[in-house]
Amino acid sequence: MTTNMSGPTETTASSGESDGKIKDSNLRLTTTAWIAILILVFWVGVAVFAPFLAPYGEGDMVSMESFKVVEESSFLGTDYLGRDVLSRIIYGARMTLGLALIATILSFSTGIVLGFVAAISRGWVDQILSRSVDAIMAFPSIMLALIIIGGVGTSLPVVIFTVAMIDATRVFRLSRARALALDASVMEYVNVAEARGEGVTWIMLQEILPNTIVPLAAEFGIRYTFAILFISSLSFLGLGVQPPGADWGVMVKENLQGLLYGAPAALLPAACITTVSVAVNLLVDWFLHRSSTTIPGELME
Amino acid sequence: MSDLLKVEDLWVEGRPPGGKYTPIVKGVSFSIKPGEVLALIGESGSGKSTISLAMMGYARPGCRISKGKVLLNGEDVLALDLKGRRDIRGSKIAYVAQSAAAAFNPSMKINRQVTEAPILHGIMQENVAVEHAVELYRRLDLPDPESIGGRYPHQVSGGQLQRLMVAMALSCTPELLVLDEPTTALDVTTQIEVLKAFKDIIRRENTAAIYVTHDLAVVAQVADHIVVLYDGEMMEQGSTDEIVNRPSHEYTKILMSAIRQPPKGEGTHSDSSTATSIEEAISAAPLLQVSDVTAAYGQVTILRDIDMRVGNRETVGIIGESGCGKSTMAQVISGLLPPVSGDVSLDGNSLPGRVKGRNRDQLKRVQIVFQMADVALNPRQKIGKILGRPLKFYHDMDQARCKERVGELLELVELPRAFAQRYPGELSGGQKQRVNLARALAAEPDVILCDEVTSALDTVVAASVIKLLEDLQEKLGVSYVFISHDLSTVAAFANRIVVLYAGRVVEQGPTTSVLSPPYHPYTKLLLSSVPELRQGWLEDVMETQEARSGIAQDVKMSAVGCPFFDRCPVSIGGVCDTQAPPKRNVAQKHEIICHRQIDELLSEQEMAVGAAAR
Amino acid sequence: MTYTILHRLALGLVTMWVVSPLVFASTEILPGDVAESILGKEAPAEVVAAMRERLGLDRPAYVRYWDWLSGLLVGDLGVSLASGREITELISDRLWNTVRLAAITAVISVPLAVILGLVSAMKAGTLLDRTISIGTLCVISVPEFFMAALLVFVFAVQLRWLPAMPILRPDQSFLSSMWSLALPILTLTFAVLAHMTLMTRNAVINVLSSAYIEMALLKGVPNYRIILFHAFPNALSPIINVIALNLAYLVAGVVIVETAFSYPGLARLMVDAVATRDIPLVQACGMIFSVTYVMLNLFADILSIVSNPRLRLSQ
Repeated sequence: MTTNMSGPTETTASSGESDGKIKDSNLRLTTTAWIAILILVFWVGVAVFAPFLAPYGEGDMVSMESFKVVEESSFLGTDYLGRDVLSRIIYGARMTLGLALIATILSFSTGIVLGFVAAISRGWVDQILSRSVDAIMAFPSIMLALIIIGGVGTSLPVVIFTVAMIDATRVFRLSRARALALDASVMEYVNVAEARGEGVTWIMLQEILPNTIVPLAAEFGIRYTFAILFISSLSFLGLGVQPPGADWGVMVKENLQGLLYGAPAALLPAACITTVSVAVNLLVDWFLHRSSTTIPGELME
Repeated sequence: MSDLLKVEDLWVEGRPPGGKYTPIVKGVSFSIKPGEVLALIGESGSGKSTISLAMMGYARPGCRISKGKVLLNGEDVLALDLKGRRDIRGSKIAYVAQSAAAAFNPSMKINRQVTEAPILHGIMQENVAVEHAVELYRRLDLPDPESIGGRYPHQVSGGQLQRLMVAMALSCTPELLVLDEPTTALDVTTQIEVLKAFKDIIRRENTAAIYVTHDLAVVAQVADHIVVLYDGEMMEQGSTDEIVNRPSHEYTKILMSAIRQPPKGEGTHSDSSTATSIEEAISAAPLLQVSDVTAAYGQVTILRDIDMRVGNRETVGIIGESGCGKSTMAQVISGLLPPVSGDVSLDGNSLPGRVKGRNRDQLKRVQIVFQMADVALNPRQKIGKILGRPLKFYHDMDQARCKERVGELLELVELPRAFAQRYPGELSGGQKQRVNLARALAAEPDVILCDEVTSALDTVVAASVIKLLEDLQEKLGVSYVFISHDLSTVAAFANRIVVLYAGRVVEQGPTTSVLSPPYHPYTKLLLSSVPELRQGWLEDVMETQEARSGIAQDVKMSAVGCPFFDRCPVSIGGVCDTQAPPKRNVAQKHEIICHRQIDELLSEQEMAVGAAAR
Repeated sequence: MTYTILHRLALGLVTMWVVSPLVFASTEILPGDVAESILGKEAPAEVVAAMRERLGLDRPAYVRYWDWLSGLLVGDLGVSLASGREITELISDRLWNTVRLAAITAVISVPLAVILGLVSAMKAGTLLDRTISIGTLCVISVPEFFMAALLVFVFAVQLRWLPAMPILRPDQSFLSSMWSLALPILTLTFAVLAHMTLMTRNAVINVLSSAYIEMALLKGVPNYRIILFHAFPNALSPIINVIALNLAYLVAGVVIVETAFSYPGLARLMVDAVATRDIPLVQACGMIFSVTYVMLNLFADILSIVSNPRLRLSQ
């Protein structure tokens, strides 16, 4: 017997094409993402308005005593030379965040352009660029920095250039891989543009860049925290920003001995670095992992 | 006889990541008796796979079974705890997935995976289980049944892996087999052997089965009962005979009308008048001519010595199985892949091999439309921009004119003008493919290369896209090169057909002349492999000679001889494998490339027809 | 398989060979001259010239590179500019100290990270997983020197449980040397643990989401067997890669940790050499670290080939 049940009307069935909806709907910010954004806004504000916020100059000696907390004048205490820790942290924000930003922007612009060029032009251009990047990446990054600084001596431009170059290799790999993935017929719209006769510039700016912007933006965050950590690590080793400049890494180095006497002056700038990089990492994590898990629920029982 | 499985009012809910649960299966009920095969048929999104998984009490991540009963021998599977469900899975109900390549664990040998369930459920000792597995391999016509189980999954072919998965499912001699689109990913010639193996073994073991598919013709071969689904609801259910021959529900009728049947093999040689008029048009001046083209990716030769011509207002279908080089044809003609040798010419003027070398006018006249509508549209550009770009690029249109023309183009492909403001992500698959077509039309081309443009679409939607292509040709006089693996679509749509095998043309000519009756043994195999919407077709086709000798062989690319040699039922040893086959003219503009004489092939044909009729 | 492995080995050797001129060039070709940097900018020209001659700097760069490389191959690392001593002699003790620190850290952190990663993946989406994920994310964000300072402040200064600075004596027992090394080891462990946990988790989640895991579930395979026999062999290759990558990361970690704890290791020797611009010493240390790094990556490559039947059985 043939049972006949209620079903769709003829029109919906014959078209068979239900209206699709945008799948990218959950751009909603989570609490952690909000906290991360607030922290970042706070530090950007501090860095920009440093001269107005800091009670003292970055090199001013405010006390004859090291590691001393004076309630009314410098409530975070003084450092090993008797300078105000709060003021130096505020100026340090400028130095650390600023240097890292310059290095990241440099590494991104060179990394992306070279990566796309390599992916689009292929052949020997790609070979030369890729092999050079492989060679650079064969070094642990800190070793490379040590070797370069060992050879050239340290200065701000050298530090920025070194960090930017090391970062650029990673950005190069990512953007090249992304561009190739788009090109390898997975994303046929690039083939369509090619078949239409479009030039390299159009393909790069109109077809590839807009579709790689999400992973590249996430990568920018990751690279930025890397640059902050890397520059302050170099400063900590005494090879980055040189005293009396205020940089969070330098401040940790200078005041490390104070820890043994129970003075937390070294911990504060280190904690500042941590807040920034935690915030950026949380934001990137939210950005990349918005989708839920795909593991069968039964496996977790 | 009492029911083996009874499903009562089954509801399943699903949710997008971070979203809310909504019903995707809405109150489905059916039952299966022992030894019976029930087909769940529907298009994508109909909930058919979700239902089949629910039979084992399983819901994919992001889904949950919210209501209903699944009674196996009177016991509710959904009420069981995890342990209880585990006990029946594999032993009483077994599952065959769509992609065997993904469902086999890549780092475990095949035998271990096949014998895992019986050993685990305590049904067999290891040595008995292995013996049983080898017996199953033998019954499934697998090559080297003794040793095939010792290999890793990546070491056997796709069709074999699909059959091995059936062996895995049957290892415990289950009462119910759940087959989820088990042949969809296979080529037609492979599909029939797998189908045959399924059917034989299901009969032999007297196993009941749920067969999930979108293909009515396949269902007609294997199922006793059919349940038609749409958007998670049951539209109609009944015996295969009733549904196939006397459908009552509107939706089922629509599904049936969307199916194009391949031309029957018993036709005559009369050239229809339309065919001859087109013949004349071509011989006068071919619009597009491909001469002696050889193309390669790196060291691997994909196409060899291809000759082909396309006339004005003509549709040339290129047909062949996966890996035969048909998509490469489109790449070569469009200039994305420059040929190693040979020439592509337009109106008698040779085209530069590379896109970069072609001028704007040459580029404009040849447009390409790709298979995957999803990825052929840049998700970050609005439809207006996607369609506007070729207008600016080829015709230097200003903003206002461009906007107007985009509207016209959208209307031309039967989409509302307002779509210009939308992003591709907001469109359905069929709508996207229409936009793809509109983009090609924007250039005002002479030839559009359609590379599997309907393959990723549901049957009903695909039929509407084909209809649109036909209307557009009528209106605009454009020519198509229509590349597809689906012979019935090509046969219904193309004026002429080019049959490719392993990178070479084996036959080409007017559609009717090529297919009714088919001459070349490969064309014959291909044609006979397309499932017909008729019960008993599978048995009939297995009777014929070419199907039996053509199965279970891998396609080999060869530089010498005829590539079809080792699958060909009429091959001549020492000749076909060593010498390049000659071109033979069957009629005007109909040539086959074969060592056999036309007469020999024709008598073969008659014998086969005779066999089928017996 | 043999072919693939030999291919990788050859590639590794080539990489090491490529590394050597880079190490040499980056310290030699860049502006500023060793002789000048030793003597200072105000030194008279003839004194600088004499110094150059004494150091052999007047010879062309490729000759010096060749001498340096052939020296490297026979274990002759040259003479330190700052102390005038044989570099081989300077390095040997230091190298042992660094290897000891790194090895103990590896032994602790690798199993811990794999277990945490597995647990986190198995409980994906639950509170436990979120906690582990956020926790590791925070630890990744912490610079090693902060971790060092914080641990010293808490465990050595405030609680007085552990020694702040490691004191190494040759006659120490293993336990007492572990005791004095506790804080540096803890710091390094944190530094590599987080990355390793996170990457292991992602690798396992990737495997657990695949169709063959679903297939195993639908065959009625119990969870422990799915994890052990179906998921683990496939997750092995990515996990090995994660481990190797992070062990290589240890190389970077020791630089900071040795400096923070004034630990007499190779990395601190190198940092000091950079500060004094003792270029032969920088080159020697740089070469040792880079070769270790390349070899670890090579090792991971080969292991992942061996653990993957698809790669193992090709050719």
